Order: sequence, then C-alpha cells, then structure tokens
Amino acid sequence: MFVILALLVGALYAAAFCLLLARTTTRLLFGLLLLGHAANLLIFSAAGLVRASPAIVPSGAERPPPGHADPIPQALILTAIVISFAVLAFAAVLVQRAHQASGTNDTEELRTTET
Amino acid sequence: MLLALPIVIPLVTAGLCLLVGRRVRVQRALGVLGAGGLLVAAVTLFARVWREGVLVLYVGGWRAPFGITLVADVFAALLVLAAALMHLAVSVYSLADLDGRRQRYGYFAFLNVMLTGVCGAFLTGDLFNLYVWFEVMLIGSFVLLVLGGQRAQMEAGIKYVTLSLLSSALFLAGVGVIYGIAHTLNMAHLSQRLAVAATSHPGLVTAASLLLLLAFGIKAAVFPLHFWLPDSYHAPPPAVTAIFAALLTKTGVYAIVRVFSLVLPPSDYLFGLLAVIAGLTMLIGVLGAVAQSQFRRILNVHIISQIGYMVMGVALLGSPDAQTRQLAIAAAIFYIVHNMLVKSNLVLLSGTVRALAGTEQLSRLGGLLNRAPVVAVLFLLSALSLAGLPPSSGFWAKLGVIQAGFRAQAYLLTFTALFVGLLTLVSMLKIWSAVFWKPAPEPCSSDDALPAAAGTPPARRRALLLVPSVVLLVLSIGIGLYPPPMLATARRASRELLDRAAYVAAVGIHAEQVEEGPFRAEVHP
Repeated sequence: MFVILALLVGALYAAAFCLLLARTTTRLLFGLLLLGHAANLLIFSAAGLVRASPAIVPSGAERPPPGHADPIPQALILTAIVISFAVLAFAAVLVQRAHQASGTNDTEELRTTET
Repeated sequence: MLLALPIVIPLVTAGLCLLVGRRVRVQRALGVLGAGGLLVAAVTLFARVWREGVLVLYVGGWRAPFGITLVADVFAALLVLAAALMHLAVSVYSLADLDGRRQRYGYFAFLNVMLTGVCGAFLTGDLFNLYVWFEVMLIGSFVLLVLGGQRAQMEAGIKYVTLSLLSSALFLAGVGVIYGIAHTLNMAHLSQRLAVAATSHPGLVTAASLLLLLAFGIKAAVFPLHFWLPDSYHAPPPAVTAIFAALLTKTGVYAIVRVFSLVLPPSDYLFGLLAVIAGLTMLIGVLGAVAQSQFRRILNVHIISQIGYMVMGVALLGSPDAQTRQLAIAAAIFYIVHNMLVKSNLVLLSGTVRALAGTEQLSRLGGLLNRAPVVAVLFLLSALSLAGLPPSSGFWAKLGVIQAGFRAQAYLLTFTALFVGLLTLVSMLKIWSAVFWKPAPEPCSSDDALPAAAGTPPARRRALLLVPSVVLLVLSIGIGLYPPPMLATARRASRELLDRAAYVAAVGIHAEQVEEGPFRAEVHP
C-alpha cells in the first residue's frame, strides 16, 4: 500500500509540475490543483497508514478505545482542502480576468510587466 | 487574552469594512481606527512581554501540545509592534494615495485581512497554524495586488499567485513530513522531538527542513527564488507596494529565523547553504537594481538585496561560539525592524514623487529638489539609512551583521556584505540625482503620465502623504542617534530565541511528554 501511495504522490507531483510549466494559464490552474492533492496525500501517507477504528470517544470514557487511527492528519487535510479550494477559486477568477484584460491565455505573452 | 488582540482587531476591522458596503468615508475611518487600535494592542502586548517574559495562550483551553498555542516572546511581540506601526503609516498614506474606486471596493478590508495573517504568523506557536496564517496573509495580499484590475496588475497577479501557492504546497508537504517524523505540530514540542529524530533519521529531518526552507525562501524572495518579486511588486499603487515591502518578505524571514533557531535541530549543512544563499541574495539583488530605470522598481529589487543581510544573521547560527550566534540573531532582528521602517518609507516617498510628478521613469523625472525640498531631504536621509550610513538605524543594523560576520570568521560573506552596502549607496545616489538633483527634463507628451496626478496636490493630501514618511524617518534617525533601547530589545529577543529550553518550558511542554504519547522513533517500513 505504501509503495502504491508513494508512486501516486510522485505521479501527482510530476503531473502538477508538468502542468505548471505549460504555456496556458488554464493548465497552470490545474497544476495548482494537483499540487494541493499531492501535498494532501503526502500528509496522509507520511503520518502512517494503519488499519484502525476512527478516534471516537465512547460516551462515558475519557479517551478513544485503543487501536484508533490518528485523527490529526485527517484534520490537517480537511483544513488544507478547504483553504486550497478557496484560494483556487480566487486563482480561477484571476485567470479569467487576466484573459479579459490581456486577450490571451498564453503565459509567454503575459510579460509586459517584466523588464 | 491580550495575546489574541493583534489577530482579532484587524479581523474585526476587515469584517466591519465589508459590512458597511461601499460607504467610502466609513471604510476610511474604520481602516485608520483599526490600525490605531492594533498599534495600541501591540504596544501593550510588547510592554507586557517585556515585563513578564514569554506569554502563552492555549486557544480553546487545550493545553500544549494538543491544541493550538499562541506564544509571544520578545521577538514576536517586537515584530507585531513594527507591523502595527507600518500598518498605521500605510493606512494614513492610503487615504491620499489610493483612488476612490479602490477604497470603495474593499482596499481597507483586505489590508486588514493581510494584517490578521501577518500578526497570526508572528504569534502562533504551531507549525500547521503558521501555514494557515500564511494563507490568510496571502489571500489578503492577492486581492490588494489585483484590486483595480489593470492589465499589469493581472499579469503580476498570475505570477505572484502561482509562486505563492507553490510555496504553500511545499510548506504543506514539509509539515506533513515533519508530522510523520515527530507526530506533533507544536513548535516547542517539535524542537524536542526533532532533536531526537535528527540522530535516528537525519536524512528525513534534512529533507523536511529543505522543504520548509524552499517554501519560506520563496516567500522571503531569497536567491534563486526571488524572480517573482520585481515582476509583481510595482503593479499595484505605491501604498500597497509599501505594505508588501514592509510585511510579506519579512514574514518569510521571520519564519526562517523561528524555524531555524527553535524548531529544527542545528545542522551545519543547512547553515552552510544559508550562508551561500545570503551572499548571493545580497549580491544579485543589488546588481539587479542597476538594470532598472524606474523609481519604484529599483527600490523593489533592493528589497531582495536587503533580505540577504537578514538571512546572513541566520546563517551565522552555524558558528560554534554561543556569543557569536547570539550577536548574529540580534543583528538579524535589528535589521528586520530597521528594514521595515526604512524600506517602506522609501517606497512611500516614491509614491509621493509619483503623485507630484506623474511618472516613475527616472529619465522623465528631475528638478524636484526645488519643487519639493521636503521630499528630497526625506528621501536622501532614508536612502542613506538604507545604505547603512550614520546617523541612522541602518548604520547599527549593518554594523551588527558585519561584527557578527567577523566574529564568526565568515570573511567572504562579510566582505560581500560590505561591498553590497557600497553598491546600495551608489544605487540610492543614482535615484537621488536623477529624481531630485538633475534639472527637470523637457516636458514631452508622455504616455505613462498619470491623469490628474501631476501638479501640486492640495495641502491636505500633501500632509497625508508626508506625515507617515516623516514619522518613520524620525523613528529611524531616533534609533540611529540613541540605539541602546533597540539594541537591548534585539539582544533580549535573540537570547530568548536561542534558549530553546526556556521557550519549551514557557509553552508548558514537560520533559516526560517527550517519551510518552504516540511518538514513534521508527518510521513505517
């Protein structure tokens, strides 16, 4: 399982960077999307994969039963997903507005601000 | 409770600014009031930290290392104070510099969102929470950068947003790997556990450290990750560039200082890498400025060069002598505060020149010494401060860095720092002679002249543009003429920062917690 996940994370990173280096701004957007997925999956697998029960505390008990999964990585990923969703929504609007303002989605032509 | 105020005040201000809709006058009043309130809270917080030592707030009552912890040591409180001061200065300046449309469509709201993120990043004691605050800061800065919708802003926005999100993704990956190694995110707790893990899994710890360095390096704009900064910082109005110059890159530097002095175990490899980065950042930044011919762009490229000096302070942590390490970090802290004051002031002054002359091209400017002698003097003194000449804060900041460099016997790095200081002076004098000293060029049908900006603005607008600059310059010269309070603050901040055990104890992590808990020294097969 670890090997599969490791390969998957690697493939996601490779695809993300490939898209980031492409010349159209739409692909840039998808690259950023995949980059977030890659990071989330990395957190999930780096924190350790175990077959275990969810960390739910039974009523009356002080702590979850032994053999529960670590809830922190799940919380981290949930937070990261929400944040990357919001930021990507902004990026999508920006890409669309940049296309309106400059009439192109070719990153090579979005260089009037460079010297 | 006091500890949360620097985060709550700008957040509430941002919310109120959005709630009042498009009423510009109310938004302007709220923006300045919020900035004033933040400054008061920051001063109170600093005074309390100075009196009582490290302050800790367990958010939601969850004790460390389980909940999110806010921690204010002298370093964090000092930077919150400096950020609040810059926020107020830029808010007042924006009243005159920004056009009504930008103010109506949420300028003050998102300025405050950015400040929420910056103050949160300074005060948090949790690595993942630092990531969240970075995102809050970024979303605020994204909107500030593109607000106005000009083509240049959109192009700058795409570059800035892409690089920032790349940096965030790398940071997130670094946090994931670190959690996998240490199974905690509290910085004080990490400081203990990573020290153990560094002996059992040195490779993993180094890989995670490099991911963090890469992420913070993009934010701080160090060589070779600096290229986005000159392409994007000149697109928004000068007030926005000024607050970016004051806060964004410095937050990256803050994260580098915090993580390398507290969280990560010391590593000669990383400090060596930082030394190379610091030297090249200084040099490339100052050389890049030579190629520029526009007022604000020259200043923007200098931001990069100045970052090099701060990173140099961190790189000198590799020195075996404890006193040298303390001196180096104290110098870096002094430098950060000095640079926030002076660099943004120069950008503000470039905005004032733009308002007076209607252009930022050096070739079209000139003769402003006669037309605006006050601006000329303010710029000259600030520029000399940036270059590190007495009597100004820049002199002491550079002196500290260079002293630490010689003590650590990093001669190549230190001579680079001295040489770059000289080139900075040349570059500043180039601006001064082109903008103020040389006679005004023949008026021509300029295509980039700003409509209705040229000419002398009315007295009230001029006052709003100049008062923040005067206050910032007086502070810089004040620190230069009487440095002991600032030096003592930097030394104390540095002493606290390097005393890991005291920080860990203040946060409330006890020695036995290192052993218990879900900590697994071995990594899954």
